[in-house]
Amino acid sequence: MIIEHIDAQLPGAIADRHDFRGDQTIVISRENLLPVVDLIHREGFQLLVDITAVDWPQREQRFDLVYHWLNLASQERLRLKVPLAEGESVPSLAGIFKTANWFEREVFDMFGIQFEGHPDLRRLLTWPDFPGHALRKDFPLDGGDVFCMEGCTAPYNNGERNREGM
Amino acid sequence: MDSIALSRQQLDGDRMIVNMGPSHPTTHGTLRIVLELEGETIVKATPEMGYLHRGVEKLGESLSFQQFIPLTDRLNYCSSIMNNVGYCTAVEKLLDIQIPKRAQHLRVLLSELARVADHIVCVGVNAVDIGAFTAFLYLFKQRETAYDLFEMASGQRLHTSFTRIGGLFRDIPTGFVPLAERFLVECSDAIDELERLLTRNPIWHDRTRGIGPISPEEAVNWGYTGPSLRAAGVPQDLRKAQPYLGYETYDFDIPVGTTGDVFDRYLVRVEEMRQSLRIIRQVLDRLEPGPVMVDDPKVALPPKEKVYTRMESLIHHFKLIMHGMEMPVGEVYSATEAANGELGFYIVSDGGKNPYRIRVRPPCLPIFSSFESQVKGGLIADAVAVLGAMNIIAGELDR
Repeated sequence: MIIEHIDAQLPGAIADRHDFRGDQTIVISRENLLPVVDLIHREGFQLLVDITAVDWPQREQRFDLVYHWLNLASQERLRLKVPLAEGESVPSLAGIFKTANWFEREVFDMFGIQFEGHPDLRRLLTWPDFPGHALRKDFPLDGGDVFCMEGCTAPYNNGERNREGM
Repeated sequence: MDSIALSRQQLDGDRMIVNMGPSHPTTHGTLRIVLELEGETIVKATPEMGYLHRGVEKLGESLSFQQFIPLTDRLNYCSSIMNNVGYCTAVEKLLDIQIPKRAQHLRVLLSELARVADHIVCVGVNAVDIGAFTAFLYLFKQRETAYDLFEMASGQRLHTSFTRIGGLFRDIPTGFVPLAERFLVECSDAIDELERLLTRNPIWHDRTRGIGPISPEEAVNWGYTGPSLRAAGVPQDLRKAQPYLGYETYDFDIPVGTTGDVFDRYLVRVEEMRQSLRIIRQVLDRLEPGPVMVDDPKVALPPKEKVYTRMESLIHHFKLIMHGMEMPVGEVYSATEAANGELGFYIVSDGGKNPYRIRVRPPCLPIFSSFESQVKGGLIADAVAVLGAMNIIAGELDR
């Protein structure tokens, strides 16, 4: 229902949509993010449940930024996906939804996606000089050199050191 | 960490920095809050987290769907069975399967037990932090019984891992139901006793009323869910609003507060414990014998005797262990009402054995992010009360 409404109010904003297992999902471009969010916010989607991202390294636009909304009055849920290429940034929603502040910090920390206009874009879970972004697919599961302090000679990765890419 | 704590030279006048955490009796887990004080008044509070970050979401990408279940125990370890249920519900939504009636009933039964145990920890420990030790002792006797019940059912007290995708690991043993019946009576008495100790206690009122109030609009904007949101006056409970596991067939009420302060959160939690006991009573009445796992060889492991004696079962066992389940390609978000609020799992599957991406939406992260706005301008002793009432579980916060 809300999707038809968005389509009527902002024609052409929805690039793609699907409805897998009853989860209504729309895909929009990053230029359309703020107008669409403004619209659904007015339409009662007041609770920003979650912001996260998915990394698809083989795609040209490698990230999917994923927002989940809940309408408390009608209990309708909406998933909004914004595809992003490496280095592209999106406008921050922290001004509209206070909860976006930390969720965006987490996405920045884990994926390295920049949010324009974020009041305090620091890493949330890892430390400030953490190299790389842990949830990207090319970040090694064991952390690579990150967890090896300077001067540490302990073997890791089955005794193999200085693996390519780290 | 000079970025978040000012040095002595940078502080002007009488201001002082106080570190709460990373290891502090009231933080209940490792998290750090840098408080900037002017006398006893908090001018600035900078929360810092990540001390318990284990990379659960990253690990999930390298584990099969079944193997992820023990990791969910370690999210909110005070009520781990609710995490098991939340995760398995999400995977079952992805697979589009229905679990048997008895498995549903037992999941509800143990979830509500876990909710009582979690609220006992939250209320009891909040009282201890503020200085009321007795309530904690009275309640923890009941928590012990709840953990005995978990142990009977799953073999583990804290890290239950009781659910499996498609049902439960096993049925409850004989002796479980009588102990649960006894728990219902004793816990109900203990809650009455708790209320006699605290609800009309003037010291408790002084320490909790008007501390950390929040309006319904603000609470929604901050992304509050669960008891903290209901204490602010929003009657949002996923068990009623978007029922799962047959919650719509149980008779229970949703308590709501008015001001959202620490006292209201306490009252909401106490009443939720009573409502959970009501639900447990109803489950015990309608418990009927039956299977606890789906009858689908593509999902459930065959019984061990059949693996040893039947060729098909051996093949199914081998396929499930070596290749995992056949997962559809797609993405689902499934949310359950955990003790702290909406616990969501967002799973992206590319059809492989492992999830492509698994995201845990912890209920206490948005709540904790409002900490500074809740305590700013208050006294340092109130920060302790607010932190306790938020019920931050670091394992879930940092994942």
